[in-house]
Amino acid sequence: MIQQVEPWVVLSFCAAIFFIGFAGVLIRRNILVVLMCIELMLNAVNLTFVTFSKELQHLGGQMSVLFIITVAAAESAVGLALVIAMFRTLRGVDTDQIRLLRE
Amino acid sequence: MIALIPLFPLIGFLINGSWYAFVQAAPGRRKAGSGITGAIATMAILGSFVVSCLLFLQLQGLPPESRVLEQTLFPWMTFAGFKLDMAFRLDSLSTLFTLVVSGVGTLIHIYSIGYMSHDATPGKFFAYLNLFCFAMLMLVLGASLPILFLGWEGVGLCSYLLIGYWYSDPEKASAGKKAFVVNRVGDFGFLLGMFLIFTAFGTLDFEALRSAIVHGGHAALPEGVAVTTVTAICLLLFVGCMGKSAQIPLYVWLPDAMAGPTPVSALIHAATMVTSGIYMVARLNFLYSLSPTAMAVVAAVGGVTAFFAATIAITQKDIKKVLAYSTVSQLGYMFLACGVGAFTAGVFHVITHAFFKALLFLGAGSVIHGMHEEQDIMKMGGLRAKMPVTFATFALGWLAICGIPPFSGFFSKDEILWLAFSSEHGSVLLWGLGALTAVMTAFYMTRLFTLTFLGKPRFSEAHGEKHGHGHGHGDDHSHGHAPAGVHESPFSMTGPLQVLALLSLIGGFMGIPHMSWLEHWLAPVIPAHQATGHVAAEMEWVLMGVSVAGAALGIFLAIRLYADLELPRQFATKWAGLYRVLFNKWYVDELYERTLVRPIHALSQGLWKNFDVAVIDRIVLSFGRASQWSGQTVRTIQTGSIQFYALVLLIGIVLSVGYLIYGLA
Amino acid sequence: MDISPVFFYLFAGLALGCSLLVVLKKNPVASAFNLVMVFFAFAGIYAMLDAHLIAALQVLVYAGAIMVLFLFVIMLLNADVPSFDLQRSHPGARVVAGLLCAVLLLAFVWAFKNSPSPVEPGQFSASRIEAAGGNTRVVSELLFSEYILPFELTSVLLLGAIVGAVAIAKRKQKVGAGGGVK
Repeated sequence: MIQQVEPWVVLSFCAAIFFIGFAGVLIRRNILVVLMCIELMLNAVNLTFVTFSKELQHLGGQMSVLFIITVAAAESAVGLALVIAMFRTLRGVDTDQIRLLRE
Repeated sequence: MIALIPLFPLIGFLINGSWYAFVQAAPGRRKAGSGITGAIATMAILGSFVVSCLLFLQLQGLPPESRVLEQTLFPWMTFAGFKLDMAFRLDSLSTLFTLVVSGVGTLIHIYSIGYMSHDATPGKFFAYLNLFCFAMLMLVLGASLPILFLGWEGVGLCSYLLIGYWYSDPEKASAGKKAFVVNRVGDFGFLLGMFLIFTAFGTLDFEALRSAIVHGGHAALPEGVAVTTVTAICLLLFVGCMGKSAQIPLYVWLPDAMAGPTPVSALIHAATMVTSGIYMVARLNFLYSLSPTAMAVVAAVGGVTAFFAATIAITQKDIKKVLAYSTVSQLGYMFLACGVGAFTAGVFHVITHAFFKALLFLGAGSVIHGMHEEQDIMKMGGLRAKMPVTFATFALGWLAICGIPPFSGFFSKDEILWLAFSSEHGSVLLWGLGALTAVMTAFYMTRLFTLTFLGKPRFSEAHGEKHGHGHGHGDDHSHGHAPAGVHESPFSMTGPLQVLALLSLIGGFMGIPHMSWLEHWLAPVIPAHQATGHVAAEMEWVLMGVSVAGAALGIFLAIRLYADLELPRQFATKWAGLYRVLFNKWYVDELYERTLVRPIHALSQGLWKNFDVAVIDRIVLSFGRASQWSGQTVRTIQTGSIQFYALVLLIGIVLSVGYLIYGLA
Repeated sequence: MDISPVFFYLFAGLALGCSLLVVLKKNPVASAFNLVMVFFAFAGIYAMLDAHLIAALQVLVYAGAIMVLFLFVIMLLNADVPSFDLQRSHPGARVVAGLLCAVLLLAFVWAFKNSPSPVEPGQFSASRIEAAGGNTRVVSELLFSEYILPFELTSVLLLGAIVGAVAIAKRKQKVGAGGGVK
């Protein structure tokens, strides 16, 4: 069995989650799923902060995570409000529909 | 207190202007008398006159050396090495000008109430007139050249507005434009001169300039300033005077300016604005006296203009045109005086000329008003009986301009002629030019007077009536008078005429030779003229006699000649060539048209077609086409899909990270 | 790092699998439930890394509040039908996106693996935190002393978010009817 978990393994795991989220943002058309993918990316960043916090024995990382969680909550609240507004005008939640400026 | 002088007309302008702009100009409000607006405007300028008188008395109470009042309103602009205050300065020179401007201005305002009583937009007229007075008073009160220039431009603007006052007539509108454009040429010289003064002396304030030059009563060049610089400054400023005061070669606008209402001609184009050039030269006399070359040029231009304009005036048939050329000629006199160093005499002539020329113009206006807009003296005659007051006052003005003692014109003109002969800058040639002009002046003014007032009427009843109705003028002011419809003007017009006639009669006594109050008064600003030894004192009396005799000769000739119109007609046919040249004003307008206007027009046309359209337009348009094309091309990548944008973002990140990892290593 | 490899790989595998499912599931509701699983797995890893307060907040805020909000919106909009958007996106774009993400991921892993280890550890070693009363206490004290200004500022941010969300999502009233919001 592996006795130790190297820090770079944890960080790489974070990066993997981050890019899975990013790929989701790129290929999904449902705006709700896009928002969820953004949450995934935020979580990956959070875990990176905590990992460094642990590694460097410094609590600034955990502080940042606290604030990021707050901002994420605010962001998803506003984002979902926008989704509702969008649904009301466009009758749909596809990002393809958001092209009013183009026409 | 000084600021009150220009402030009153400004307030009058604002009241009348806003009244006109917001009430009278509104549709459906065309009918309006000149009474209320005229009264407001007159009160405004009368206020300035009263303040001017009070300040004059205050100055008189001071010892001669300290007769200067100053008022700084606010700092106008300040930057490194340059500070300009909105400041007024009242000294013995400017107080004379404020008195003349506001005094004659008041009379002309009163006169205008009668003259403009049938006009459609008196509010506008009086607003312009007040604005003019404001600018003119600022011009004479300004403590520095920029303030003077502000007034200088202001009077130019008002002149333009008032010449083209009846703008629906294209000829009158273009006369306004001509005045404006010709004045621009002069103002260009003025500005250059001002810049040059600043570079040479580092200041634009009159007092500072004077203290830089005059030391202990003697003008001397300050260190580091060459005579040529001073000459250049004086000549450039004189170019400005040529434009504003209608001297050769920029005089052409003044005769055309007669398109404006007659009170305007009297106020702006005879009494005040056109003399601002003389005011400036007199104000900067210490500067001019440093440069003999500039003085000679001023004297020569003045003398030639005086003579030249007088020759034209002899043949003109329009009553106002004759007076206009006479004004040009008299302005030439004033510059002749300045050019020979007799600044006091020049200023003296400004004052007397303001009196009698305003009188003559207003008299002419009264004639035109009475004749229902007839301006051709060939169609007048015998008005003595029909318009007795106008006749009597006009006669006084006529005698004054002819130089018959003891009328005001005699003293000032004689002073100029004597100094043109005796001063160190003068010469027999200049004197001869002036004396010849004096004879011609007497001749053409007598011709005008005779043709207008004496002899038999040369107009028919029907003509007068028809004309009157044709202009929509005089419908209701026949007063049941003489059947001809020719009538004396109302008191609002004849009253000012009488006051001015009185002034023309006695105005000269302020400058009696050898006991001149004026010379004494102006001594702090203009150093008293030193008697020069090279001419015998008795010569003065001889010359005086000669000029009076010359004037009498001119009058006599004209009366004899124009008693019967056959005689001048014979002369005209005998010397048809000369007559045609004079009648067509030496073809100067045509010359300017050929040599300046048309080449510039052709050049502009060429530039427009070959450079503007062919080159500039093409460049500008190709910029437009380029951005249109690039926009069309680039817009295809704007798909509107957010994910596509995110993908591009990702590509950017990959490239940046790749550079950070591999590029920097 | 002194964490149990077994539990770490367990949680990490769970998180990776569920996050892939978040992206790939067609039904948004399914994506949402997979996301909840990811959040729980993350909470576990936080706990292992001695970030107890954050682990608790992760469960409370993310898995609790935010996910409820998501599900609420999905239900409200009747958007729980299977989305076929994956099929509608351009296959080439999908491949390019995946490829680029993979490239970047590899670059990151490479960078993490080859970067030098931390030079100087800070003052908050596990033993000292333990002595000072545990992670939650130490973090809270820091929050109310050194980080008090940002902490208070987040309250303003949250207030703004609340007002903004209400203003955006509020149904626009007809102009003139009741004189409400224009």
